[in-house]
Amino acid sequence: MKILSKWLRSYLPQFNVTDRQLADDLTLRGIAVEGVFDLGADGSLFEMDITTNRVDAMNHYGIAREAATIYGLKLNPLHPTLPQATPALKPYPIKIEAPELCGRFTARVLRNVKITQSTGIVAERFHLLEQKLISNAVDATNFVTMAMGHPTHAFDLDKVEGGILLRRARKGEKLKTLDGIDRTLDPDDLVVADEKKALAIAGVMGGWDTMITPETTNILVEAAWFDPGTVRRSSKRHLLHTDASHRFERGADFNAPPVASALVSSIILEAGGEIGGDFVDIVIPEAERRTAKRPAIAFAVSEAQRILGATEDRKGITASAAKAILTGLGCEVSADATVVTSSVEKNLDPSRAVSSPIANVVEYPVKLPSWRLDLEREIDLIEEIARVYGYNRFQNTLPSFEGAVVELPWAEKESTIRTTLRGLGWTEAVSSTFCSAADAAAFAPQPNSAVPLGNPLSEEAGMLRPSLASGMLGMLALNLNRDMEDVMLFELGTVFHGSTDRVEEKPSLSIGATGKLPLEGPHQPSRELDFYDMKGSIEALLGKFSSKSIYFDRFPSDSGLMPAWLHPGRSARAVIDGATVGYFGQLHPAEAQRRKLKQLVFVGEIYVDRLYRQNLRQPVVRELSRFQAVRRDFSFILSETTPWARVAEALSALGIPELQNFEVGEILSDKDSKLVPAGHISLLLRTVFQATDRTLQEEELQNYAQRVVTAVEKLGGKLRG
Amino acid sequence: MSQEAIPSLGGYSEAALDQAFAALAHEVEASAQSLTSAEAVEAFRLHWLGRKQGRLKSISDAWLKSAPVEAKKLIGQRFNQLKAQIESRLESATGASSQNALDAEAIDITLPGTHRALGAEHPLIKTMHEMVAVFQRMGYSVGVGPEVETDFYNFESLNFPPGHPARDTQDTLVVANQERKPLRDRLLMRTHTSPVQIRTMEQQPPPVRIVIPGKVHRNDAADATHSPIFHQIEGLCVDIDVTFSDLKGTLDHAMKEFFGSSVKTRFFPSFFPFTEPSADVQISCPFCGGKGCRKCKHSGWIELLGCGMVDPAVFGFVQQKQPAYDPKKISGFAFGMGVDRIAMMKYGISDISLLYSGDARFLEQFA
Ligand SMILES: [Zn+2]
Repeated sequence: MKILSKWLRSYLPQFNVTDRQLADDLTLRGIAVEGVFDLGADGSLFEMDITTNRVDAMNHYGIAREAATIYGLKLNPLHPTLPQATPALKPYPIKIEAPELCGRFTARVLRNVKITQSTGIVAERFHLLEQKLISNAVDATNFVTMAMGHPTHAFDLDKVEGGILLRRARKGEKLKTLDGIDRTLDPDDLVVADEKKALAIAGVMGGWDTMITPETTNILVEAAWFDPGTVRRSSKRHLLHTDASHRFERGADFNAPPVASALVSSIILEAGGEIGGDFVDIVIPEAERRTAKRPAIAFAVSEAQRILGATEDRKGITASAAKAILTGLGCEVSADATVVTSSVEKNLDPSRAVSSPIANVVEYPVKLPSWRLDLEREIDLIEEIARVYGYNRFQNTLPSFEGAVVELPWAEKESTIRTTLRGLGWTEAVSSTFCSAADAAAFAPQPNSAVPLGNPLSEEAGMLRPSLASGMLGMLALNLNRDMEDVMLFELGTVFHGSTDRVEEKPSLSIGATGKLPLEGPHQPSRELDFYDMKGSIEALLGKFSSKSIYFDRFPSDSGLMPAWLHPGRSARAVIDGATVGYFGQLHPAEAQRRKLKQLVFVGEIYVDRLYRQNLRQPVVRELSRFQAVRRDFSFILSETTPWARVAEALSALGIPELQNFEVGEILSDKDSKLVPAGHISLLLRTVFQATDRTLQEEELQNYAQRVVTAVEKLGGKLRG
Repeated sequence: MSQEAIPSLGGYSEAALDQAFAALAHEVEASAQSLTSAEAVEAFRLHWLGRKQGRLKSISDAWLKSAPVEAKKLIGQRFNQLKAQIESRLESATGASSQNALDAEAIDITLPGTHRALGAEHPLIKTMHEMVAVFQRMGYSVGVGPEVETDFYNFESLNFPPGHPARDTQDTLVVANQERKPLRDRLLMRTHTSPVQIRTMEQQPPPVRIVIPGKVHRNDAADATHSPIFHQIEGLCVDIDVTFSDLKGTLDHAMKEFFGSSVKTRFFPSFFPFTEPSADVQISCPFCGGKGCRKCKHSGWIELLGCGMVDPAVFGFVQQKQPAYDPKKISGFAFGMGVDRIAMMKYGISDISLLYSGDARFLEQFA
């Protein structure tokens, strides 16, 4: 919206602030001046952006009122002078047949007018605003809209057949509007009609047949108040967004029509003509009660102080400042204060309540201005006071506080997951919350538990993700497509299960990797990531949580119990204290092919909600032995179908406290060495024996070694020579 | 020096022997002066200790042959000393910690080091944690809530009127098949983190201080600055006597903590359904100090937060479950900010979709 500073000044006789300063001060009060353009001797042009709730400020007078309130200046009233009316036999017949749609309608007849070019102030200001001049009558209505924000309409009276009716359009009724388009009306449209036909869509646009032409000699000036909802619906229905509809649909000033009518009439009459008969003004009391005669609201300065706090002078908002602002904005602050006695509790906890002195709250009834339908409650007045006083003139204070900071129960666990994985080389990523229906079906832990969106952004994003794994695969694919071949990512996010009636949200963790281990540099050969790299990270991660047992297993490939997206021979389930906390491994080759992944990909999902049931592991120090540790290596030949887990179980079952540690040193298959029989492996078992209270003797060690060998032999192993 | 003459002994007295051996020791020292190459070391060793023609052997053979029996022991002792001296010279020229050996072990230290890469922190998560930490230091606890919300929590209880444009499916992503449910029970992707304000207040009486980080969604077409997925941080403080000046002071302090103590804030009137008075907050540009740069569009200021005093109507909704939220007795403020925008500004990210791409080239810059 364009505003002329010169026009504003015409309403402000004492105004002596520069245009720049005014622009800044208005902007800081929510009346945003987006640009200031210098017009030389003609002042400035402000490009303004007025928020939709402030329809009253979408005109020069409204902004002048803001300025007058900010600076505490006088604002000239709008009272155009009109010549005496030439008497008529009777007032022009007007009837409001749809009072729920039209709250007020005024009509003034102008006779023997001269349709000509606008001159004087109208022409001058239109020129500065680069607004096209049409004719004095049409320009007058536009000028008044810009001046005081109230849309009016001028009809060629000689084209009007009989009295004016404000009625709902008839179903299928036709009207050619000013833009030359033939429109079919709807019973929800309010029309200004004569006895024969519709003349205008009320508050939206006038009709073609009654428009002002150079031949027009008699005019009917309409200034009215239409129901905002009705105008909004008509504007939407006919795809007709006009200056008039913009204002009416946001709630125009109920008391403006007589002033607007007089202003329009006075401008048209400058070129000649007279007023024909008495001014007609029909007011629907019900509409007036909802607008101009809304009940006063009780306002207490102490409430403004309670909400707004300390001002720059540390006093808080004073009664005189509050009254000056409210009055400036058009409120009437009554002198008849009511004293409401209220005991103000100074503490929320009754057991600690301080018996405070009874406070007297002084409430003033405040009558609200007809042009501010956005003001309804005491808090609205408080906001106006803060706004006009200036937000930045309040002090910066900090509230006192007696509560404690409570951490989310899983905050530290979540942070442990992040730091552990990052330390192991995994980079955090964030992917879409949505996935395709195909991915939802393929990756949901339970069938038919994925939840669809009603208005998805695309088919690819039609479902709430039931798993993070598909998003992870998408990210890995993106990297491979961009020739990033070595990637290790994780994502912590929410997964969704249930139905469109009830959606359950759980935190989840996905990890995905492809390519080489991130060991960069020319000093050692790089190596492709494998299953065990991912398993190692998961072991480290699970090891951060306290547990009695952590193990990894897998279900047979034909059991259907492993996720179908994992390679059945190269994937595992992770179990902590008996609870499944996730699955991971090499991506199923079929899935890899479907996604056109050009290299091996490893992916896993950890159900962190289950992991969060475990506490974080608290390190407990074991006493260090002063006695010598003895290392013994054993080389066994074992069937390749004997899993290491069974060897480890057997060794643990020996219950030798001095067996401090055992691990796999090396595994050779029959392909690696001719010394390994077909279908077998050679396993180098490294053991460490140590006692906390003595140096181990050779006989003891011999005994332990024999027991180790026997245990492995029971699994079909043979000690290599 | 291979064929030098064998010196003659001036007698077998200890003094004469000492003098002769001192001369030899001197000769050893002299010839050990230039043991700077492997060849020189080998030549020195052969010259003195060569098995057949080594000088030590030649001299000892010559001297011991003609020596009287009682002098042989004395001469033998001195030869041993001399041999030890030669070996010591050899050791210091060729041993593991000798200059030569150390030089031979020298490596090219200008080659790059071996990187055991650390994973990178996601810029959004990092920004979110840093901002949350600022408020935690100010006594705020972290609150969270579901990403799928009901219309009641996302809109109604936050004082959005029924016809509000935000409720349109053009703006909000909704769960399928909600039409038959009452409006307030319909499920949607939360469009802001503000529902957690209501959920928190329903669960605990005042005082409340929470900071709410979270993922939110809107039905927005993606471009460089818009994403249907983004992150917000919301804050809520409710107590007796919490004022607008407290809101100003809290955000001014928090912005100084986050962006640096020289940052200034200024507040503009704004409108949000769930706060009144409402404000937009600008901070003086932390990148140019307010002089004007690309990041602040040359204005010196950056709009960063929306905030306001909790609207009494919102307390009204909460009172249905927690009567202690009497808007005549308590008051509060709420604020919210977009994490994506802050992260993008802070790290110079020009395209929001990078944050949600998983592009390792982008993410690894934050390691
Ligand atoms: Zn800047």
